[in-house]
Amino acid sequence: MSRFKKKKGKGVVEINTSSLPDIIFMLLFFFMVTTVMREITLIVHVKPPEATEVQKLEKKGLVSYIYIGPPPATKQKVLGSEPRIQLNDAYANPRDIAEFIELEREAVIETERQLITTSLKVDMNTKMGIVSDVKQELRKVGAFKINYSTRKKTEIKK
Amino acid sequence: MASRAPQQINAGSMADIAFLLLIFFLVTTTMDVDSGMIRKLPPPLPPNQEKVDVKHRNIFVVLVNSYDQLLVKGKPENIKNLREEAKDFLRPRSVDDPDYPETELRKIDLLGEVWKSKGVISLQNDRGTSYDMYIQVQNELAAAVRELRDEYSQDKFGVKFKKLNGDLTKAVQKAIPVAISEAEPKDVGGKK
Repeated sequence: MSRFKKKKGKGVVEINTSSLPDIIFMLLFFFMVTTVMREITLIVHVKPPEATEVQKLEKKGLVSYIYIGPPPATKQKVLGSEPRIQLNDAYANPRDIAEFIELEREAVIETERQLITTSLKVDMNTKMGIVSDVKQELRKVGAFKINYSTRKKTEIKK
Repeated sequence: MASRAPQQINAGSMADIAFLLLIFFLVTTTMDVDSGMIRKLPPPLPPNQEKVDVKHRNIFVVLVNSYDQLLVKGKPENIKNLREEAKDFLRPRSVDDPDYPETELRKIDLLGEVWKSKGVISLQNDRGTSYDMYIQVQNELAAAVRELRDEYSQDKFGVKFKKLNGDLTKAVQKAIPVAISEAEPKDVGGKK
């Protein structure tokens, strides 16, 4: 093809950019595969505690999240600083959890319902009272597999 | 096919379109790996549950109060020593020692007859305990079990527990189970 024949002796050599889209597409696919969609916006502030004995959560599609923490600092004037439970996109009470779990169960196919894990993302300064309430609710509806979300801390050698 | 040279589509803006898509994905997705401690909750107690008597020597009671203080076997304890104490308690012993939990000979596939401890760690927290402290305690107890399993597999097979293959992992898990039981929540310290 004549496109690739360079005329010698000309000033600026143009760089062939026809493969640039391919490179960008490759990047795009990389991000599409390695990341997950952000499902909800957090309306509670969660800073998980650190621990050394952590496992990775497999199968993200089978994880339902319960967030517990105080409202963000900007809203504390209106909402107070007491820790609250967030389910989906709203504040909730412990008694709403049964319904939440039921809906999460209906969203997956029957054979995988036993594999659903409930991940508790709880702020480290929360008191155990509210967490216990949530755990009791989960026990009542039979969602026994839970995960305490923690950050990985590397162990300090004594 | 046309005999003339096919008309070329200007692909110069393709890169821009791809960039737009890329930026869209960068913004709307998250990459954080979710990690945590996986636990199994016990099923709810039947209403007319009879009290199960467990021998005193077989329980290792860990209490955490609303001031995040630890009480281990009736003595105040620092969390730094909890792991060693739990390990000491859960380690299977072949000689019967009244200070430690009972052991029994158990037949386990691939391991043969092994001594298995009957000890159970009972963890109880208050409503006022901070979540951070609770996780630290859980972490120390989990670490104790993990270290025991490591020691055990190092002793028997010369490798760490993590490096064992599937069947052996299960066998060691059977020999040293995660014997942590959480008591029904109580409200003792009042709301803080």
